[in-house]
Amino acid sequence: MFLFFLSSGLFLGWTLGANDASNVFGSAVGSKLIRFKQAAIIAAIFVVLGAVLQGSGGSHTLGKLGSIDALGGAFTVALAAGIAVFWMTKLKLPVSTSQAVVGAIIGWNFFTDNPTDINSLTKIVTTWISGPILGGIFAVLLFLLLQFILRKSKIHLIRLDAYIKYALLIVGAFGSYSLGANNIANVVGVFIPSAPNITLDFGFFTLDGTQLLFLVGGISIAVGIITYSKKVMMTVGNSLMKLNAETAIIVVLAHSLVLFVFSSQSLSDLFVRIGLPEIPLVPVSSSQAIVGAIIGIGILKGGRNIHGKVIGKIAMGWLVTPVIAGLISFIALFFMSNVFNLKVSENPSKFVKGDIVVTDDSKSFIDSKTKIIEDFDSTPEETKTFNIYKPAVVIVLIILVLLIIYQLYIINKLKEKDKLEEFQESIDRYNAQQIMLESELRMTTETNLKLEKEIEAKEKEQKKVALSIIRKNEILTKLKAEIEILKSKPENTLKFSDLNTLRILILENLNIENERKSFDKYIKELNNSFFQNLEKKYPGLSNNEKKLCSLLRLKLTSKEIASILNITPKSVEVNRYRLRKKMDLKKEEKLSKIIRKL
Amino acid sequence: MINIFKTSKTVSLSIDEFFDKIDLGTLNFKKGVQNYIDGNSNEFALNLKSLGVLESEADTIQRKIENDFYLHSLMPNYASDILNLLESVDDIIDMSKDVLSQFDVETPHMPEAIKKDYLDLVELAAKSSEVVVSAARIFFTSPDAVKDKIQKVLFYHRETDTLSNNIKRKIFQEFDSLKLSEKIHLRYFALHIEQVSDASKNIAHQLSSLVIKIKM
Repeated sequence: MFLFFLSSGLFLGWTLGANDASNVFGSAVGSKLIRFKQAAIIAAIFVVLGAVLQGSGGSHTLGKLGSIDALGGAFTVALAAGIAVFWMTKLKLPVSTSQAVVGAIIGWNFFTDNPTDINSLTKIVTTWISGPILGGIFAVLLFLLLQFILRKSKIHLIRLDAYIKYALLIVGAFGSYSLGANNIANVVGVFIPSAPNITLDFGFFTLDGTQLLFLVGGISIAVGIITYSKKVMMTVGNSLMKLNAETAIIVVLAHSLVLFVFSSQSLSDLFVRIGLPEIPLVPVSSSQAIVGAIIGIGILKGGRNIHGKVIGKIAMGWLVTPVIAGLISFIALFFMSNVFNLKVSENPSKFVKGDIVVTDDSKSFIDSKTKIIEDFDSTPEETKTFNIYKPAVVIVLIILVLLIIYQLYIINKLKEKDKLEEFQESIDRYNAQQIMLESELRMTTETNLKLEKEIEAKEKEQKKVALSIIRKNEILTKLKAEIEILKSKPENTLKFSDLNTLRILILENLNIENERKSFDKYIKELNNSFFQNLEKKYPGLSNNEKKLCSLLRLKLTSKEIASILNITPKSVEVNRYRLRKKMDLKKEEKLSKIIRKL
Repeated sequence: MINIFKTSKTVSLSIDEFFDKIDLGTLNFKKGVQNYIDGNSNEFALNLKSLGVLESEADTIQRKIENDFYLHSLMPNYASDILNLLESVDDIIDMSKDVLSQFDVETPHMPEAIKKDYLDLVELAAKSSEVVVSAARIFFTSPDAVKDKIQKVLFYHRETDTLSNNIKRKIFQEFDSLKLSEKIHLRYFALHIEQVSDASKNIAHQLSSLVIKIKM
């Protein structure tokens, strides 16, 4: 039952971890000096240590503000604060868990007619002001000191970067420790009056009920850091002001010192011993301290780079958070009391209608705790002690084995991932090569088509010239026949018109030689590679035979060839026969076909 | 994370070694031009050879530094600026080698009367490069001290610019005995030497912005 009620406190711890870890490692992670994973692990470990070892200081002050004497009340108050912080975190605003808790406790006080301890409230509210101011002062002093050291030491920038990375981790660890020590009171402070009355003996050390409560609260903060703090870290790291590595260290250190000062009992005692006023041990707003430190540095640097809008938004969050938390607390208490009949306080409230039905469990529990609630500081009468040294060792061993198995699984998974990436890479490379080859093929096909078209055009041209020669040869034959007719006529019967007809015929054929030359040129041009192949395969061919071959390639008939070469068709046939012999062709092989293949 | 101290030490030593190479390169460049003008061809050839070796070594070191920066995420916020700076510093030795090679290949004819001007020009250009390398070196240990060095670089750059213009004017207005082609040839060599000091000026500007960035 107690663990169920504690769940709201753990939820609050989770929101605190998600939100306030950004104050410790936000600058370092935001400026990419430390990886989030590293920061989260260190913060988680040191938050738990701080909570367990030094967490009691602030809890007393919260207890004085409003001693929540019923487990149901503590549950509702923590839940209200948790919801308020979670809401603000969702809006990516660095909010103060302390303010949410204080707001929720005051809501409880108001609901139960409990008087709010003004003295404690003043102490707490004073830290709302002194926290950021002190953060600013620390930041300015530390910044000046660091500047002085850096100027004097002349460390190489690259080595300084390495020192800064380590320093950020160490300062972050200190900050996490201080955060755990100071803010654990916000998480489980309201549950302390209801803490279980047991002591666990771990062999080397023992933990009492309150410390166990701090341990569980610390773990919930750690879970919050690991699971949800990354987003807020990026906001604090980059939005408020551009932070370089040195500034990031100073900011975190100043913030950590503020938290440490307000949670260290030893330091407070030391102050008293040397005659200074006692330091109030109060849960300080971590967000206020960090923002104070950043503003301090910003002012020192002349107020540049501070984003006013972001500061305004954060300040608005500070005002709104306690009010919202108080309202949620009041409404939740009203709801819990009137709907679930849960006892939220020992004192009857005017806001609760009818009789309160107390369940057997909670009644017996509350009865057993009444004495503890009445006197918070008194020692419980009976304390159960459990020796868990051996079980703890076994648990640690089991955890180690599980970790090793998990690590092996991860390594295996990474190997598979690498293989898959390699395979994917080779596929990509193959695809790229294929695309390249396809494009080359396309280009070659296009070029071939173009060349084929050119050849076709030249062949047409050649045929045209050949036909023209054929036609002109026909005209010459006609002219010869005309002359023969004229020759056969008696001498005195020749007329002028007969001569004119002849003249026209001659004029038409004047260019025949030119055209023949042009035809030869075409033949040579077109058949350049053909002649080369022909010579290669049949080296003994004469020029006339080669010419015959080129004409056969144009699919011209023997008659047409005869006309072009100005020989009789019979001679063409004879030449073809000789050519076949020279080429050593068999009877079934067709001459024109073989020539075209070349 | 554990090796980061070792890495940072190695990288800082590499950066120093890189600057040493550039410094030596500048000295060889200066000496090489002087030897060419004085007609000591053997010494000139040695200078050119040494400069080639130094340039290649500087390139290797620069690549190693670049690799370490990315591999170990050194100074993530300024890594690209710093690597650009080193790249620009490397340009000095590249340019010096190119100029010396041009002397070797083109063998420009230098009248006696202009030799001293060229010697002064190369002296100024080398000085600007020496000071800028020293500024880049000091940037890594005392960024505040860079400002003074930058002023010196700008001064030497201005002086180089003026002398280069005077040489060009002198070539075209006073040397009637030279052919136009020879005049143009000589003008190009003044221009090439001047480019080394231009590169130094660019580095000086890069350094000033980097100092502001790192101090923010």
